[in-house]
Parts: sequence; C-alpha cells; structure tokens
Amino acid sequence: MGELAVEKHVKFILTIEKEKDSFESVVMEHIRLNGAYWALTTLDILGKLNTVDQDEVVSWMMQCQHESGGFGGNIGHDPHLLYTLSAIQVLALFDKIDALDIDKVSNYIAGLQNNDGSFSGDMWGEIDTRFSCVAILSLALLKRLDKINVEKAVNYIVSCKNLDGGFGCTPGAESHAGQIFCCVAALAVTGSLHHVDKDLLGWWLCERQVKSGGLNGRPEKLPDVCYSWWVLSSLIMIDRVHWIDKEKLIKFILDCQDKENGGISDQPEDAVDVFHTYFGVAGLSLLEYPGLKAIDPAYALPVDVVNRIFFGR
Amino acid sequence: MDVLQKSSERIPLSQRPEYADVKPVPQDDGPNPIVPISYTDEFRETMDYFRAIYVADEQSHRALQLTTEAIKLNPGNYTVWQFRRLVLEALNADMNKELDFSDGIVEGNSKNYQIWHHRRWVAENLGTDASTRELEFTKKILSKDAKHYHAWSHRQWVLQALGGWKDELAYCELLLKDDIFNNSAWNQRYFVVTRSPLLGGLGAMRESEVTCTVNAIMEHPENESPWRYLRGLYRNDTQALVKDPQVASVCLKILTAKNNYVHALSMLLDLLCHGFQPSLEIRNAVYGLSDSGAQGSDLVKVVCSILELVDPMRANYWKWRRNMAPAQAAQCLKDDGLTGLSL
Repeated sequence: MGELAVEKHVKFILTIEKEKDSFESVVMEHIRLNGAYWALTTLDILGKLNTVDQDEVVSWMMQCQHESGGFGGNIGHDPHLLYTLSAIQVLALFDKIDALDIDKVSNYIAGLQNNDGSFSGDMWGEIDTRFSCVAILSLALLKRLDKINVEKAVNYIVSCKNLDGGFGCTPGAESHAGQIFCCVAALAVTGSLHHVDKDLLGWWLCERQVKSGGLNGRPEKLPDVCYSWWVLSSLIMIDRVHWIDKEKLIKFILDCQDKENGGISDQPEDAVDVFHTYFGVAGLSLLEYPGLKAIDPAYALPVDVVNRIFFGR
Repeated sequence: MDVLQKSSERIPLSQRPEYADVKPVPQDDGPNPIVPISYTDEFRETMDYFRAIYVADEQSHRALQLTTEAIKLNPGNYTVWQFRRLVLEALNADMNKELDFSDGIVEGNSKNYQIWHHRRWVAENLGTDASTRELEFTKKILSKDAKHYHAWSHRQWVLQALGGWKDELAYCELLLKDDIFNNSAWNQRYFVVTRSPLLGGLGAMRESEVTCTVNAIMEHPENESPWRYLRGLYRNDTQALVKDPQVASVCLKILTAKNNYVHALSMLLDLLCHGFQPSLEIRNAVYGLSDSGAQGSDLVKVVCSILELVDPMRANYWKWRRNMAPAQAAQCLKDDGLTGLSL
C-alpha cells in the first residue's frame, strides 16, 4: 500500500498562491473563507497548524464579518451561513472563538430559521438541508442552540428522509451522501439520531463502495474522494463504519495523491485541489491512518479542538 | 452589445465613457493571505468597478451591466448575484429576459448553486406562467446529464410551486428507457407517484408500478435502484411485500439464472426476516448457489453465508445480518402485527 506524502501536502497547501492566474484561483475568491477552513483543518490534522500566522488569519477573517453578525466568503462579500460556519470553525482551530460577539453571530444564524424549521442560507431564502446542518453546527459550537427551535429544525430534517433511509436537500429530493452527512450531523449534534434508521441507512451507505474501493455519492455514480468524508463520517456517526472495506478505501484515497507536487484529487490521475486534499486527509483520519490527528465526524474539526470547546477550561 | 464577445474585443472599463465617473475599489486580501489568490487583469478590473458600484449601492442600468460582466467572469460569486437581484427589482426588469440571461450562463456552469437559486427567484416572480419554460429548461440540462442534482431539485420545486405534473411520469419512463440505472429518475418516479395531485397516490398506483419495477429488475438484476424502489412501494406495508407473488417470483427467476443475484438474495433475506415462507423451488435455488451444499439448514443463514462470499466488500454487513436474523425475524413479525403466530 502506498504512503501519505505528508510533507508534500503541507507544502501544497502553504504554497497554492504559486498557481498564477489559474481559473481555479480566480473563482475561489468569494469562498476564500471555506478555502481557509479546508486548508487550516488539513494542516492541523497533519500536525502543522503552527506553520501559519494565526493573528493574520483571524484579523483577515474578522473583516469578513458584517453588521448583521454573519460572515461573507471574503472581505466585501455578503453574509451567508456557509461562511459563518467556516469562520467559527477556523476560530475554534485557533481557540479564539471568544474573539466573536457570540450573541451577535448566533442571532444572525437563528434569524435565518423559517417557520417550518428549515434554514435559509441567507436573506435571499434558498432552503437546503445543508443550511440546517451549518446552522446547527455553528450554534452548537457557540453553545447557543437554545436560540433556535430545535424540535422544528429536527422535524424539517426528518421530512427530508427518503424511502432508502437517506436524505436529500429538500423533501422528496434524491438521497445524496453530501446531504446525508448534513442531516446526520445535525441530528447527531441535537441528540436526535433515533430518527435515523441506522441499519437501513448504514446499508445504503456501505453500498456506496465500488470495486476500486472508493465511495460514490449515489447509486451508479463514480467514486470521488470527497465521499470518503461524507459517507464515512455518516457511517461513523450511526456506528456502522465496519460495514465497508476500510483497507480498500484507504488505498483508493492514497491513489488519489499527487505524490510529486502534493495535494489530493477527486479520483486517481485527476488534478488536485485544496477541497479534495482536505476530504482525503480527513477521510484517512477517520480511517485511523497512522500519524494523523483524530477528527470529529460531526463537527469536522480535530477531536482535541471539539473537546477543548465542550470539556476544556 | 455584448462587450465580452472575445477577450481581445473587450473594451476595458476604464475606457468606457459610461463608467468615467466610477472610482474602482481594489480587493483587500490582507497581508500574506492564507489561501492567496492571483487574478487576471480583466477579472481584477471588473471586480474593482463592481465593488465601487456595490459600495455605493447604485442600482442602475450600468450596474446591471457590470453584474452581467462579473457573473460571466465568475458565476460562483454570490455577492454579485445578490446585488443583481436588488438592481433587477429597482429597475422593475423584465423577468423573462432575465431567464434568457440565465439560459446563457448555465452552459458550462451548471453545477453552481447561485445560478439555480437565481433562476428560482426569477421564476417565482413570474409565477405559474414560468412552469412550462422551467420544465423545458431542466429537461435540456438533464438531456446532457440525466442525474444533475441541481436540475432535479429545481424541477421538483417547479412542479410543487408552479405546477405542470401532467407529463412527469411519462418523462421518468423516458429517462429510464434511456438509462434504467438512473437513480435520479427512479427517485423522481417515486416523487411523482406519491405527490402528483393528478394521480391516485401510492395505493392506487402500486400494482402497475410493481409490474414496471419487476420488469426493470429482470432487465438488469444488478441494478440497485429498482430494488430500492420496490421496497419503497411497500413502505409501511411489509406484509403486502412478503405476500406479493411478483416479488417472490422475480427473486426465484434471478436465483435460478445464477447471474447478478446479490440484490435478489438481499431481497429474499428481507422477505424471510418478515415471515416469508419460501417454496421448495426457492430453497433449491438458494442451495444451488451455495458451495457447501447446505441443505436443510436455516435458509437465512445460508443466504447470508453466500452473500458474505460473493459480496466480500460488505462481508461485515452480511455477517451482522446473519447474527441478527433470529432476533430480527421476531421483531419484524412483532412490527408487522403478527406476534403470536409461529413461523
């Protein structure tokens, strides 16, 4: 079996600005906060978070915050739940959540809950179970879950449960591993996993493993490294991870590395990016690959960071 | 005039008289950014001008034009889309023309949440009149990628918010004819059968749906989707699944053919756990698949043993099923209201 090229991946993350004028760099501008979260969490899992200047990152990030309390994807961008979670997660990595006006941020998030319990991503009203997850994870990390109607939030998520035990983005939408992670994580964090048919969903999830050992996100689709996170963390949260072949999945992820230049891609031989690098490393951590920090499957943050928030001090 | 016909034909904003009084605002990424970005000049200039208009909250025609150019350069930029909506509202713009614009952007950018959300907003403004156009639009996207998650999500929203259910089941059938493995089409089929106000609901549709599903299974027994669909048709009524001769019959046919029988065995396992009484033919078909020639033993255990061998990636799952079987069978009977009956 191959090895994880840790040094190369660290170098890749720290030097992605060398991609001069690439279209990928240009299009990432407005989601820079997500990019920061992926990059920094990967570094932390690899034990290299100290290679980054915390204060610079935090000071840039705080400039992404709006009057409303929400964070935009970069300076000058409108606030949205997605970037608000990334900001909270990055601050958590640095143990700087107290840099926030917690009430302000949590009020912003809580204000986006709708009457049916669902969440809009921002004031423009797009509804998706991704946003339920993001809102719930954010408020849990801020210890302000009491600001929303948790029962209604849970009921909305349950209304998105399908006949195969999985979840979609809205009621009736096709079960998709990404959406399933979002729903299961939200249910886990709110103590509502009893709504999940763990055996049925566990079976659907373990059927995502294809011959190559990789995981797909829906029946008859191609495997992709990011599903190593979405499917795997879901299986762990419902206590069914032993239903996949872990060795084969590890091999698949390792095969998706660019061992020369660093980084991990969606499939072997494809171009790498920071998104898939994060999910590949996080997936390997969940699979207990040696030398990596443990990661929490619901919060998608290192376990020591989560413990510090809920049990520290 | 489309000022972005070709990069070489584009007139820089600094040279366009209608923007002469705008002072561009540069991007502030902070020092040594953690995920630093490099920009092309065209992108940089467009965004600098957009930022100026955005900060000034100018909701004018030239503002609209700027959002057009910014979107074409980076359709993922949600801030630009949001500002565009404010401008469209302020200008009381023609929403049909806006759908035309959206049509143009989707090509090559269809996996982008912003484009779809914007489309939904526009369609909502137009109301039920937009139903036909939106169904046609998603059909076009699906003709290139029949599993496109955003397109399906939009289509489901259109049906529920704007109507247009009449031909939806037929559309699902068409897609499945094209690719019987299309899980999205199976999902949509379930959506239509259970939610269309024009059909009778699951109860009324079940029999014909089972027949179609069984035919699909016979075509490709290794196809995961119709097996799940079949279970879905009998949701909350497992005893009816157990008693349906079509279900037992399709399992038997596949097991006898000894080809691609994993899902058939899995279905048989579920049936057995719900009190299904297997015929001698079914027993023999199962024994025929087992190397050890395990005649007379607990059929559930034989089925699980075979599955452990032929689907080794999920060996732990099948082992668990085997260990759970007696308890599961008892629980299933209890759940189905059959306590007191002996197997």
